[in-house]
Amino acid sequence: MTAQILYAFITVILGVGGCFGYFYGSNWLLDRIFPASASNDASAVRNLKLQAMIRPWLFLGPALLLLTVYLIFPVIQTIWLSFHDKAGENFVGTANYVWAFSDAQFRQSIFNNLIWLLVVPAACTFFGLVIAVLTDRIWWGNLARSLVFLPLAISFVGASVIWKFVYDYRGEGQEQIGILNAIIVYFGGDPQVWISLPFWNNFFLMIILIWIQTGFATVILGAALRGIPEDTLEAATIDGAGPFKIFYRIMVPQIMGTIVVVWTTITVLVLKVFDIVLTMTNGQWNTQVLANLMFDWMFRGGGDFGRGAAIAIVIMVAVLPIMIWNIRQANAEQGGH
Amino acid sequence: MADIKLTNLNKSYGALHIIKDVNLDIKSGEFIVFVGPSGCGKSTLLRAISGLDSVTSGTLEIDNAVVNEVPPSKRGIAMVFQSYALYPHMSVFENIGFALENQGLGRAEIKRKVEAVGEMLQLTSYLTRLPKALSGGQRQRVAIGRAIVRGAKVFLFDEPLSNLDAALRVQMRMEIAKLKRDLPNTTMVYVTHDQVEAMTMADRIVVLKAGEVQQVGTPMELYEKPNSVFVAGFIGSPKMNFITGVPAEKLKAKSIGVRPEHFEFSDSKTDVSGTLDYTEVLGSDSFLYVTTPSGMLTVRQPGRTEFKTGQKLNLKPLAQHVHRFGDDGLRLN
Repeated sequence: MTAQILYAFITVILGVGGCFGYFYGSNWLLDRIFPASASNDASAVRNLKLQAMIRPWLFLGPALLLLTVYLIFPVIQTIWLSFHDKAGENFVGTANYVWAFSDAQFRQSIFNNLIWLLVVPAACTFFGLVIAVLTDRIWWGNLARSLVFLPLAISFVGASVIWKFVYDYRGEGQEQIGILNAIIVYFGGDPQVWISLPFWNNFFLMIILIWIQTGFATVILGAALRGIPEDTLEAATIDGAGPFKIFYRIMVPQIMGTIVVVWTTITVLVLKVFDIVLTMTNGQWNTQVLANLMFDWMFRGGGDFGRGAAIAIVIMVAVLPIMIWNIRQANAEQGGH
Repeated sequence: MADIKLTNLNKSYGALHIIKDVNLDIKSGEFIVFVGPSGCGKSTLLRAISGLDSVTSGTLEIDNAVVNEVPPSKRGIAMVFQSYALYPHMSVFENIGFALENQGLGRAEIKRKVEAVGEMLQLTSYLTRLPKALSGGQRQRVAIGRAIVRGAKVFLFDEPLSNLDAALRVQMRMEIAKLKRDLPNTTMVYVTHDQVEAMTMADRIVVLKAGEVQQVGTPMELYEKPNSVFVAGFIGSPKMNFITGVPAEKLKAKSIGVRPEHFEFSDSKTDVSGTLDYTEVLGSDSFLYVTTPSGMLTVRQPGRTEFKTGQKLNLKPLAQHVHRFGDDGLRLN
């Protein structure tokens, strides 16, 4: 235990020290090679210019290198794999893609992903907005927001385990330990096997992600709401607008940019949804989604790198435009940098 | 037509007593200016009239009806905010038309009314623009347009010119004065900390200090007969000089007030002789700052001054313009 703590400590010191050493050392070296205090003014100016040109690359170098190794290379590798067979040996053209779009599981996943896309970002943004507005003017508002925010700190798998208990089903005659079934039995209903109810089970899984992400939406939208000039709301009051009209005509349009950012951020997250499905159903009972399907083909039973890679590329192509738009929107919010 | 009557009006935020027993009669069609230093409660009083803030005790009547509990939109008032408070996502047209939309008017009628107001305020070519594409003065006009279009009986202005530069402020001052002429039946209540705005625009001025009314009167009444040291010092620029000690005692007062323009120069030594410390020459006027045994005095001279810094000056207040104040700071007659 002590040894572990010591190792961790040494690692941190080395890591931070190494970074510091790199930046300091490379800057020092640069100054040595192109001295700014050169003998004549002309060469000093030229050296300063050179320094300014080289320095960004030196400082960004490590990050660019890591990005290339861990992001760009894998993307290229995945694209390459998606045009090759099972073991990644023989070129098969677009066969993997052709297979994917004719595969029932894949279509099911696309369909489910679409429902997730329609429901989760909308629900998170809606609940986030409503909670942010409702908690704005009450003294325990901050406490309420903290509680709503709390699930965000729980990992998807952890949250899924919690919700597994909520949806838990025990056979006929046994006492129901899942809170949902317990409530239903209490009111005289029949317990249900929630996570295998066709079609609706998708929504029970979505509720988990909504539960987690609403806190994110609440906090961001709450901050945006506080940025609305108070006097525009007062002017609207005097102009005779009621509370609902003030909300959707004056408040919402003023924070539209933030709403879009929250919406698209959650959309990207939803396209990649994986952990919840894996933990809750592993894609059984028609709850399969693309990310889990990819994982199946890539690393589990499927064992087909080509098909797994093809699915991964489909997900990436779907995420990319939303991502770009999201970043643009976020930049525009901050005044564009 | 709308009178506004405040009776024993009080406003507190918890233990903080902001407005203290204000009684005020504002006549229909009057242009009233609330003036006072920061934190004197003038904006709070305006917000109480508007209904944006509630009243703690006392009654507020508009048009002889108690409106303490009436929501802002039903009081027949319109308000122009310091920051204009334009809706940033709506065009000028929508900004002006929003109140009409809330009243449930039809499209054609809204269009007709908004365009009429736009023409009146020279905004016709800007109706489709967003507020961010307007200059400060244009934004202010849109804010005023929003008030006009509703045909409100009472206009409330909350320091509307304080965000404008000096030149624009003079221009907008004239435009608001013209607006008052065009709408003679509209009661206007205007809040400012700038005594120049108060003097130039008001029919009557209400001077406030720490939530209490100090004096109510026409600009000239306040200038010629301020009823306390506070009002005397607040109205007029540069500030009135206050002299204590021997010169005041001779007039049986605790202190006497003399405006900078009410001095003459004497050849022989007077009670307030001193050394010229500094001069400001503005062309039309010169301000002389004279150090005397009674402290630094400001003297206004028309045109340029021939006096030199360091020169001895014998000042003599014009007897008919000397204001006498007692121990309690109130005027002695």
